[in-house]
Amino acid sequence: MASIPQTLPRRAFDVVIVGAGGSGMRASLQLARAGLKVAVLTKVFPTRSHTVAAQGGVSASLGNMSEDCWQWHFYDTIKGADWLGDQDAIEFMCQEAPKVVYELEHFGMPFDRNPDGTIYQRPFGGHTANRGEKPVQRACAAADRTGHAMLHTLYQQNVAAHTQFFVEWMALDLVRNAEGDVVGVTALEMETGEVYLLEAKSVLMASGGAGRIYHSSTNAFINTGDGLGMAARAGIPLQDMEFWQFHPTGVAGAGVLLTEGCRGEGAILLNGEGERFMERYAPTLKDLAPRDFVSRSMDQEIKEGRGCGPNKDYILMKMDHLGAETIHKRLPSVYEIGVHFANVDITREPIPVVPTIHYQMGGLPTNLHGQVIEHINGENRVVNGLYAVGECACVSVHGANRLGTNSLLDLLVFGKAAGDHIVKSGIKDENHKPLPADAADLTRARLAAIDTNTSGEYAQDVADDMRKAMQQHAGVFRTQALMDEGVAKIAAIRERVKNIRLQDTSKVFNTARVEALEVTNLIEVAQATMVAAAARKECRGAHMVNDYEHPADHPTLGLGRNDAEWMKHSLWHSATNSLSYKPVNMKPRTVAAIPPQVRTF
Amino acid sequence: MLRTFKIYRYDPDKDSKPYMQTIAVELDGSERMLLDALVKIKAQDPTLSFRRSCREGVCGSDAMNINGKNGLACLTNMRTLPQTVVLKPLPGLPVVRDLIVDMTLFFKQYESIKPYLINHTQPPQRERLQSPEEREELNGLYECILCASCSTSCPSFWWNPDKFVGPAGLLQAYRFLADSRDEATSERLDNLEDPYRLFRCRTIMQCVDVCPKSLNPARAIGKIKELMVRRAI
Repeated sequence: MASIPQTLPRRAFDVVIVGAGGSGMRASLQLARAGLKVAVLTKVFPTRSHTVAAQGGVSASLGNMSEDCWQWHFYDTIKGADWLGDQDAIEFMCQEAPKVVYELEHFGMPFDRNPDGTIYQRPFGGHTANRGEKPVQRACAAADRTGHAMLHTLYQQNVAAHTQFFVEWMALDLVRNAEGDVVGVTALEMETGEVYLLEAKSVLMASGGAGRIYHSSTNAFINTGDGLGMAARAGIPLQDMEFWQFHPTGVAGAGVLLTEGCRGEGAILLNGEGERFMERYAPTLKDLAPRDFVSRSMDQEIKEGRGCGPNKDYILMKMDHLGAETIHKRLPSVYEIGVHFANVDITREPIPVVPTIHYQMGGLPTNLHGQVIEHINGENRVVNGLYAVGECACVSVHGANRLGTNSLLDLLVFGKAAGDHIVKSGIKDENHKPLPADAADLTRARLAAIDTNTSGEYAQDVADDMRKAMQQHAGVFRTQALMDEGVAKIAAIRERVKNIRLQDTSKVFNTARVEALEVTNLIEVAQATMVAAAARKECRGAHMVNDYEHPADHPTLGLGRNDAEWMKHSLWHSATNSLSYKPVNMKPRTVAAIPPQVRTF
Repeated sequence: MLRTFKIYRYDPDKDSKPYMQTIAVELDGSERMLLDALVKIKAQDPTLSFRRSCREGVCGSDAMNINGKNGLACLTNMRTLPQTVVLKPLPGLPVVRDLIVDMTLFFKQYESIKPYLINHTQPPQRERLQSPEEREELNGLYECILCASCSTSCPSFWWNPDKFVGPAGLLQAYRFLADSRDEATSERLDNLEDPYRLFRCRTIMQCVDVCPKSLNPARAIGKIKELMVRRAI
């Protein structure tokens, strides 16, 4: 590898998609069907992408179980997002939801069924009828394997459409020309160790989240924010990175996810005194309040000495009362996870859980078509040739806290919308823009540094310190002092990342090199998170800071949220390690906006 | 506790031929699963190469041959393994490096069965209806994670990986035959009517024995054979 050729081998496509999870494959399906020449780059075989691990469901107001409508879904999502979501984007997503779910069913998705043959829907956190009145069944489910069923279905359809996958290729850097247009990517073919320059008329980022910036995470090893790192290095801002979702029910110690569908089916959370404490925090929705709310309540119980176990450091989720039959039918994988990762038979005894990092609400700023946008002098400006969808994007439908099942919906709606927009843009008949002479310089320099450093540290040692720092300084409960300290720590770790060295310089399937490159992406995300968090002087959604807490009945700062000063999106710029802000969209196209309210459940 | 690992090593850049490396590792008990132990070994020796992703048995990346039996490293509890753990790549496929095999043939066979719903009727505005009983027919089929543990433990697949679809592909073939919404039964059966593609299954049952998701490809293969017979009479 030590010798990267001066001229990289080149290939040209209409579109290069980075990532073959749900959003990337929903987009590629539109493109391949329209006859565009599309290359999907993926670090793992497509069905191994992290969408596969989603369990509980995909939301859509089908109304199969009881009355429902997209306007209620719209309201729940805005409130769940603690008024940081863009209301035009949320409106579009909720309106499109039934359409994209029916489409998926037509593709062959094995949804569970009701006796009348319609898709089975289960209750989920924050999903309500009539704007908060009572829980509603909106989550369309395939047992507790909805993501697996969805990802395989999308891959199957892409096989039928002859989509071209580049399996075990890692995208390295974006190529922008002098005008700032994106004209391609560089990428590493892992099996051979060769680096390529891939020309594209459009690049679509569908690279997923970066949950591996934290020590304890429900996320797969591959979730290293590669698309975010690439974009940050190319001068694209990262939006709302201070907002990370802690899922209430990760298996204590193991981090493995247990779906919110458990509580949807009737599981309850108990503290060390055997009390169903969520009744105190959320009298109406109880255990089915949104995730940030439940996670915080759990941590509060633990903080106040009412945790479970010898160290009082976890909460119990009890579900034996659902009956073995329901558990084996609706939650078969959760049963297996209990056996494998906690030695617990959930049909008989409760399972220890703790809030665990799960989802990145922030990402690359985009418009409703998935086009990446910069915000310059108060104006949104499209970055020509660059799209982003799914967890790596921030459109923003999840705001400060995502509702369960809205992630699978997000990737369907915006994956399709971005695919359609690229098709309609007419690039098929256009020529490629010329590549700049320095197209591969950044990549070549980065690879050379990793390969030739002799005095630095190993990637995983640096990454471990980063993960521990993030866990400690950007957790469920934050304090200004902790965050300020975290900013300094991560800045110091960033310096160490520059000197990472390799112990393995082979070409063929060098996973050590891949891991080192991943750390260069993770650190961008970690720093964006830490800096944006320390700057936001309020409590909103998943960003809870003790210093800014206020009671619900405070006249202007109910529950610590400061709409006058902080109802705005943050934008972190890597080159200057600085922040700017842009307003939240409050202009849905067909209905009235939902004005901010104090958020109780 | 000190555990001994014997691991198949081969880096085509450096090694003229594969060898078994013996590694002693101090495990502190926090390594619940084999994958945890492998991650620890890799921290000591970053040159060790293996695939992994979800670490919870749903992505299918980390299938390997563990003390002679195929399985997922992330679902193999260290307590179920003997003092000496012997790890080899999945048998029967070309080795790329260490525990990483070239799965091209495996996926080629999977794709050969047309692994997608075929229905040429204009769909309704809403979902196509399917009764819970019809949906139940897909259980034990759609859950496959394509880890290849089954196909690479099947002697028939070892001998004819280019001609015999193998248990994983055939399980998926039946997944679509069993779907009440699929209209291509006859086309799918034609596609398997051949001395090798389906009929090389000798019901050795290794596939059932190793499947980390407790699926039963042999039963699915039996059902396809039944459909073949039924349409012949």
